[in-house]
Amino acid sequence: MLLSEFFTVILLLAGAFFFLAGTVGLLRFPDVYTRLHALTKADNVGLGLMVLGLALQAESWAMTGKLILIWLCVLLSSASVAHLIANAARKKGIEPWKQ
Amino acid sequence: MEAMTSLPLMTLMQLLFDTLLGFALLWLGWRALASPDLFQAIVLFIAFGLLMAIVWVRLDAPDVALAEAAIGAGLTGALLLTTLARLEAKNRSKSALEKKHKVWLMTENVKLKTASFLWLMVILMLLVSGLVYAVLTLQEQTFELQMLVSKNLESSGVSNPVTAVLLNFRGYDTLLEMSVLLLALLGVWSFGGIPKPHESLPGPVLNMLSRLLIPLLIIVAGYFLWVGSDAPGGAFQGGSVLGAAGVLLLLVGWRLCIRFVGLPLRIILVFGLGVFVSAAVVLIFLGRQFMEYPPSVAGALILLIEAAATLSIGITLAALFLVGRPEFRRHK
Repeated sequence: MLLSEFFTVILLLAGAFFFLAGTVGLLRFPDVYTRLHALTKADNVGLGLMVLGLALQAESWAMTGKLILIWLCVLLSSASVAHLIANAARKKGIEPWKQ
Repeated sequence: MEAMTSLPLMTLMQLLFDTLLGFALLWLGWRALASPDLFQAIVLFIAFGLLMAIVWVRLDAPDVALAEAAIGAGLTGALLLTTLARLEAKNRSKSALEKKHKVWLMTENVKLKTASFLWLMVILMLLVSGLVYAVLTLQEQTFELQMLVSKNLESSGVSNPVTAVLLNFRGYDTLLEMSVLLLALLGVWSFGGIPKPHESLPGPVLNMLSRLLIPLLIIVAGYFLWVGSDAPGGAFQGGSVLGAAGVLLLLVGWRLCIRFVGLPLRIILVFGLGVFVSAAVVLIFLGRQFMEYPPSVAGALILLIEAAATLSIGITLAALFLVGRPEFRRHK
């Protein structure tokens, strides 16, 4: 196995772990704010790791650029959408969870 | 040795993935239909559209996947969500027209429960048996068709077989699809007096997001249009991305300048269809068949038609999102 393939596998597995953590958070956390927090943070990192892993296998620099562009777009939109959902929930009067 | 063991593992993994995908799709479809909460149903429908796009990727149809993700999940989801917002606004308002409508709906409901149910079942059964018949009589291999397309690809003016079929060999399909879209908008515009939901000012985050995304979306739409001649992409994909940019603009409170709402907007809406039909008709006068593009100019013609179509499709989809005809004769 080539060194780049080895790193790709490691990075993809690490990305999958973050996605799993985000999903577990989405299912287990008590209210909308904490769920958004778990989902967006973990998935952004997870996707970043996956994009890095795939970029190692890319055939051209253009492909690498596209992959990174996808990650940046998702970062931008998921952060903004998380804020919009949380804001809408707050306006609706949903109280943050307090232990 | 390694290749021999890894090959069946790979196909097994793919089989597992496809099975999971298929069941998830069925489950989501059922939940979206059965959910009593409309908002939940819409969110499930959007998720259904996204999974459907992955199914198209698995079926090796990236063009359809792009269209499904952009139109099936994205724009339809946005349309359904605005419709829901308007429904809720309508339920709150209590105009006379509203009450009349409600009574009509209620009587309709009662009728549906008693007699129409049976008829609906009969029609559904006919539809299902027709679909089953169509699937069963489908030829297993459509190799001849593939051969026919690849043999004539050179004369089509493009190197992407999907674009060649959609814009050249079976151009009238695309022509009819575009007229259906235009008819849908005409239908929406024909309904007047739908109450607008309370519009809140967009916050700084949505403003910033739109400023960053809209130029990017316009570039991506142009890219899809250009790349459609030799890779997955094309007018509908580009148009739906342009439509998404329009929806985002409408969400942050942007409205078309009143000067352009009348005739200029209508000209742009029919522009794509107009260019398509005129190109086809002009060819008849030049002694060719309807929509028979001469191979020497086919590429340029397809690009011209697709550029016009992208613009019209994008503006039509954004106009659909606005729900209701933009008012421009208020002062008369």
